[in-house]
This record gives sequence, C-alpha cells and structure tokens, in this order.
Amino acid sequence: MLRRPSSRLFTIWIIALVAMTASFVDAWRLARTNDAAIERTAELVEQLRLTDPVLFTEARYTRHPTQADLHSAFQSHPLALEHFPSGTLIPPTIRGAYERLD
Amino acid sequence: MNDWIERQRHLLDFTLTSLARRKTKNIGLLVVFALLVFVLASVSLYTQALRSEAVRVLEQSPEIVVQRLVAGRHDLIPPDYLEGIGRLRGVRSIETRLWGYYYDPVLKANYTLMVPRTRTIEQGEIVVGPALEHTRGLGTNTGISLRAYSGELHTFLVTDVLPHETELMSADLVLMNEGDFRRFFNFPDGHYTDIVLSVANPREVRNIGLKLMEMLPDARPILREEVLRTYNSIYAWREGLLLALLSASILAFGILAWEKSTGLSADERREIGILKAIGWETGDVIRMKFWEGFVIAFSAFLFGYVLAYVHVFYLRFFLFEPVLKGWAVLYPRFALTPQIDAMQLITLFIFTVVPYVAAVLVPIWRAATTDPDTVMRS
Repeated sequence: MLRRPSSRLFTIWIIALVAMTASFVDAWRLARTNDAAIERTAELVEQLRLTDPVLFTEARYTRHPTQADLHSAFQSHPLALEHFPSGTLIPPTIRGAYERLD
Repeated sequence: MNDWIERQRHLLDFTLTSLARRKTKNIGLLVVFALLVFVLASVSLYTQALRSEAVRVLEQSPEIVVQRLVAGRHDLIPPDYLEGIGRLRGVRSIETRLWGYYYDPVLKANYTLMVPRTRTIEQGEIVVGPALEHTRGLGTNTGISLRAYSGELHTFLVTDVLPHETELMSADLVLMNEGDFRRFFNFPDGHYTDIVLSVANPREVRNIGLKLMEMLPDARPILREEVLRTYNSIYAWREGLLLALLSASILAFGILAWEKSTGLSADERREIGILKAIGWETGDVIRMKFWEGFVIAFSAFLFGYVLAYVHVFYLRFFLFEPVLKGWAVLYPRFALTPQIDAMQLITLFIFTVVPYVAAVLVPIWRAATTDPDTVMRS
C-alpha cells in the first residue's frame, strides 16, 4: 500500500497531525497541572502585594516597569540614550496606560 | 466521489514524483519554510502564554499603589500622608509597603528587598527567591553577608526559599524583617516606600485615584487596571518587535518563494507543454501545481508548529532566551502554561500556507492556459 508516493505522504501528514493534536491535549494537561502553581503564585502576589513579574532584572526601571517613573530611563542626564538591552523590549512610554490619571 | 478522490491521488502521486526529481531544491525550500513557521509560531505561543499567565496572577496585585513624587522622582511616603488618605471615603484598607533594590557586586545582580506584611521574619533572618538559590547558591540555613549603603556589613541567615513554581513573580526577592530593612538602608522611621489601598467598591477605584490626586498633588496613584494594561502593552510590543526583526527574513522568504514560483524553469515549462500535448487539461495542470504548493506549505506548517510547541514549552524558549535576558544575571526559570487558541493557529496558517500556494498557482495558471507548442518553444 505504501508503494504509492501519496500513501507515504499521507502517513507523514497523519503522524504530524497526531503530533499537533497531541500538543493540544498536552496544552490542556499542562493547564490543569500548572493550575495549582499559578494559584499559588497569585496567592503570593496577593500576600506580598507584588506588582511586576521578574522578567528584566538588569535595571530598576525594567524590573518594575509599572512602578518606575516615566523618566527613569533618562536619569543619567536628560539626553541619555537608553542602553540596557531590555529597554528595547519595553515601550518607551506606555501609551494609554496613564492617560486618564496623569 | 471515489473517482474524484482517485483522480486527486493520481495527481498527487505524479506531483510527488515530480518534486522528487528536484529533491535538493524542494527539501531546502521545505526546511526554510518550516523554520520560518517555527520562529513565527514560537514567538506567538510564548507571548500568548506569558501574557495570559502574567495577567492572571496580576489580577491579585494591589487595587491602588500610591507613590509620592518629588521633582519627578519616586520619593518616600512621610507619616502625615497616611492620616490624609485614611480620611478618604470608600477606602477599605491602607497598608504600607517597604521595599527597595540592592545591587550585589558579587553576582553583579539587582535584588528586590522587601518586608512582608503577612509573614513574620525574625531579626537577622531572610527568605530568598528561587533565582538566588540557583544563582547565588543560597539554600535554607546558609548565611550571606550584604554590604549596606553605609558601608557596614550585615549578615543574614536564610531560613526559607520561596516556592519554585512562583519564580515568575518571586525570583529575585529577599524578604526580611522591618527592623533589618530600616537599618540596612538607613531608612527613616515612620517613612515607607509606598502605600497600597484596597477599595470597598471596585467601581470607585478610578474616583478614589482622582480624589487622591486632588488631595495630595504630589501623589501618583497606580491602579491595578493600569498595571494589567501595561503588561498587555509590553507583550504586544515585544511580540511586535520580534516580528519586526523577523520581517526581514519573512520578506527574504517571500522573495525566494516568489522567485521560485514565478520564474518557471525551462524544465517546468517543458513539463507543462508535454502534459498538455499528451492530453492533460488546463484544470489538471493547475490542480497538479496546487498540490505541489500545498504539499510543501502544509508539511512546513505542521513541522514548524510542532517544533515550536516543543521549543517553547519543553525547551524553555532557549533559542530566544538571550534576547529576553539582556544583561540580567538573575533570570527566572519558569514553565509556561500553553494558551493555544484556534484564531492564533488559523492566523498562522493564513499568513504562511495561503500566500505560498497563491504564489505558486498564479504563474502556472498563465503558463497552463497558453498553447502547448508556444510553451515548449519559449
């Protein structure tokens, strides 16, 4: 049966589709498994009153982007250029985030 | 129906044999295409998972954080601030936070030092985040000496390490006693880093923020909704930035695909001419070429997506980690929870498979509708 090229292709596609479906099942499984961990993290956030994930620890204004004042990137002098790599991954001003109150 | 299926299978068999004749070129194209899908799918899966996890845990972050600004800089909260805020109607509870940064010259890393309100820590003891355990080698019952800003050395005993599953939020934390914190930073009594408010009616949060600004013009209230919006915006920006960097490779692939499909080789032209001369209909030639484009694009889509899933959720996105890490020494090791939605997959499919198949079909349609004699002679 597998002598036909199309049969060989279908076999490869079926294996890949099974792997893709397995990724959905795995995503569902991981969501259930990690649920307790996420809940525990949320509890820690509530207990310690945390505001930011630890994604960029290289500078204080990248460690807590929501708490840093909007000019911290330019604290060295007014024309200082941003030099931390994660500065390129964080928007210079978070448009819309502070528009109503500030 | 069976006849139609059998006809398509014969066309597919013919297409696959034809592709196998130019094996190296087509396998190369398949690999490049699969890599492109892999990169796009990795960025999309990672960002979506990180955004949803961060937003979910940050829903428990404080409703309002009040900072004080002096000359545009974050400053300490003086004691009289608390009395003023206590008089505001609608505020259910007021809590103070004591936290700050400490640069450790040994590790060349920044830690976040904090005084927890819900946990008692004895004097001289600290509780550290998981990243300090695996980067600085601090475990339970180990000691650490930190040099305070006054130059004095302070020694602490680690009594506990925060749970590893909370690393995304707690990696660099050092929790300590209030007295230790004040001595370490020479922090004046009665002053705090900022204030956390909880509001009785969630609809009133914005009004309370506005009242605070009227009452204390030097205050900067940060609402939870702003925190959530900031993180949504950061991930959207980061995803956009990575995609912008990738746009050059997407464009290069587009040119490659266009070049391959529009510049029909002499062999391909002759093949079309011969097929038409031996009685193939224009529709059959187009169907055959459709299968050719679809086989490559669909296979690349499946392989690229499956590899991306493994890369993001089992290999911890290691190929792109240096970009996200920057110069940071402390970086959390966290396992993300996948968030795959149908729209994400459909978008990826539409942006990768459909343009390629279209790019293959257009020039073939032109060649297939012309006279076989002309096609063979050109």
